Amino acid sequence: MNLISLDGVVKSYRRGEQTVAVLSGVSLDIGAGEFLALMGPSGSGKSTLLNLLAGIDRPDEGHIVVAGVDIVGLGERALADWRAAHIGFIFQFYNLMPVLSALENVELPLLLTSLSRAERRQRATLALQLVGLSDRLEHRPNELSGGQQQRVAVARALVVDPTLIVADEPTGDLDRDSAAEVMSLLCRLNEEMGKTIVMVTHDSRAAAHARAVMHLDKGELSRREELRA
Amino acid sequence: MQTAKLILRNALRHKLRTALTLLGLVVAILAFGLLSTVVDAWYAGAKAASTARLITRNAISLVFSLPPSYEQKIRQVEGVSQVSIANWFGGIYKEPKNFFPQFAVDAHNYFDLFPEFVIDPSARRDFQRDRKGAVVGRKLAETYGFKVGDGVTLKGTIFPGNWDFVVRAIYDGRDQSVDTSQFFFHWDYLNETMKRTAPRRANQVGIYVVELSNPGRAAEISREIDTQFANSLAETLTETEKAFQLSFVSMIEAIVVAIRLVSFLVIFIILAVMANTMAMTARERSAEYATLKALGFPPRFVVGLIVGESLAIAAVGGCLGIALTFPVAAAFGRATGSLFPVFTVSIETVALQAACTLGVGLVAAAWPGRYAARVNIVDGLRAIA
Ligand SMILES: Nc1ncnc2c1ncn2[C@@H]1O[C@H](COP(=O)(O)OP(=O)(O)O)[C@@H](O)[C@H]1O
Ligand SMILES: [Mg+2]
Repeated sequence: MNLISLDGVVKSYRRGEQTVAVLSGVSLDIGAGEFLALMGPSGSGKSTLLNLLAGIDRPDEGHIVVAGVDIVGLGERALADWRAAHIGFIFQFYNLMPVLSALENVELPLLLTSLSRAERRQRATLALQLVGLSDRLEHRPNELSGGQQQRVAVARALVVDPTLIVADEPTGDLDRDSAAEVMSLLCRLNEEMGKTIVMVTHDSRAAAHARAVMHLDKGELSRREELRA
Repeated sequence: MQTAKLILRNALRHKLRTALTLLGLVVAILAFGLLSTVVDAWYAGAKAASTARLITRNAISLVFSLPPSYEQKIRQVEGVSQVSIANWFGGIYKEPKNFFPQFAVDAHNYFDLFPEFVIDPSARRDFQRDRKGAVVGRKLAETYGFKVGDGVTLKGTIFPGNWDFVVRAIYDGRDQSVDTSQFFFHWDYLNETMKRTAPRRANQVGIYVVELSNPGRAAEISREIDTQFANSLAETLTETEKAFQLSFVSMIEAIVVAIRLVSFLVIFIILAVMANTMAMTARERSAEYATLKALGFPPRFVVGLIVGESLAIAAVGGCLGIALTFPVAAAFGRATGSLFPVFTVSIETVALQAACTLGVGLVAAAWPGRYAARVNIVDGLRAIA
């Protein structure tokens, strides 16, 4: 049973007069519990593909079904609710709220749930514990290193217990050691907690942590390479 | 971690920017309050005017007087309970800049018609007994240091010569709205002196003050009085004291309109400044709005952040501005002495200031709010990459 299936997804951008075709009929199936790395040259459309299956962008054509829901048909409001419930985001530049502490940043997506204040605190603390930052709860993002900030972002992504975690170049802005730390964290999420992860990267060291790799080039996906069983 | 906390911390992110915006707001709201109070001060006389009193004057113009014989006839009009007289004196105390109103009045009953002037009864009797006696208002007495028993000399402009008076009583206002910057003396003293020095200018009454037993009949009685003197040598115009006072303000109406315009201009300028600040803020934070939306927050949440921040800054600036209006207006009132007899910040002024504050906060956030609501997630996220 596939968790995610893309069928004939077409996406192009309009730049002035001309249209730039980014994805020309991409089809892809991702099973629950997978950890897939999407690789490819810069500008090949990796982020675009990731944005589409995370429901923050819309395809021109095709279907995207996640956990049985065709998200292409959802209205803005419904799509936002769907994202809140099903998607955990990890960005290249962490995208934490600078005025909020680590704990408050992780608590942020829980504001959209019906959890009580105490429950939110408890969950956020637990998530930060999991990423090894229990001693940094009250720190603001600018008081944390890049690696620590990205771990806060990982905690924010997993705190809502999402169906799918999407990560766009999660190590793109990190030094080698911090990158390795974040990658092993993602591996643990996948292996120990069974989280499905789709990660875009052009860093082969990072891609090596995934279970499978696919290459995107000139709007088309290559066949998948299995890295681990 | 509530939304309010996020809004407040956002507001304090650029401390200097927020501080400068706040300063602008405080100055604007304060200036607005002061200008509004100046306008109020001009209308204070009309506002405090009693509706139970009529003023009868020469129909042609205030510069022309009426004969003393009218008093008896007015008194006989049904519904009139008392009649008194007053002449504008227009003298100079030492220097022309020391302006305050002076009136020659009927010492026997003038203060009976003006219960808002509170005078000690024995001091009032002293005034009535002394032909050169004068009654001065508390504010006037404080401005020039007049005390009971002091001699005061006014240089006449309309009535030539130096006029000597002795302060016999000081009156207080029954409440804040009463003008206590006036100077009253005996009409008889004026009239007798004129009889000696310029007989043709004697026996002239500036205005009659008419007290009504039933204020509801003001229009009817005004008409009745004027009919008495129709087709005579000096026809009269009778109107309520309020209308009479307003006719003075209308002479400077253009200035009042200009002041009102300026005060709203000040608010408009701070609105533009504030809107610019909020727009800058919104643009800088587009990646954050995109992130929040990606996480599933609806557009109205990010709009709330901007509107909340704008309102919070406006509220702090507005409240400070309003709070400062009181001491600054008091100092202004003292500095201008008797120029503005009543210089108090009215409830209406404070309400207008509060309304302007709210308006600035909301309007300044309108465009940035719209912008934040429309930030496209993918474009917003791309902006930092
Ligand atoms: N919002 C957009 N407007 C115009 N062109 C875009 C937009 N987003 C992406 N593109 C173009 O689409 C192509 C793929 O972009 P992207 O998915 O970000 O590539 P990658 O992540 O693989 O580097 C690029 O040529 C990029 O310039
Ligand atoms: Mg990319």
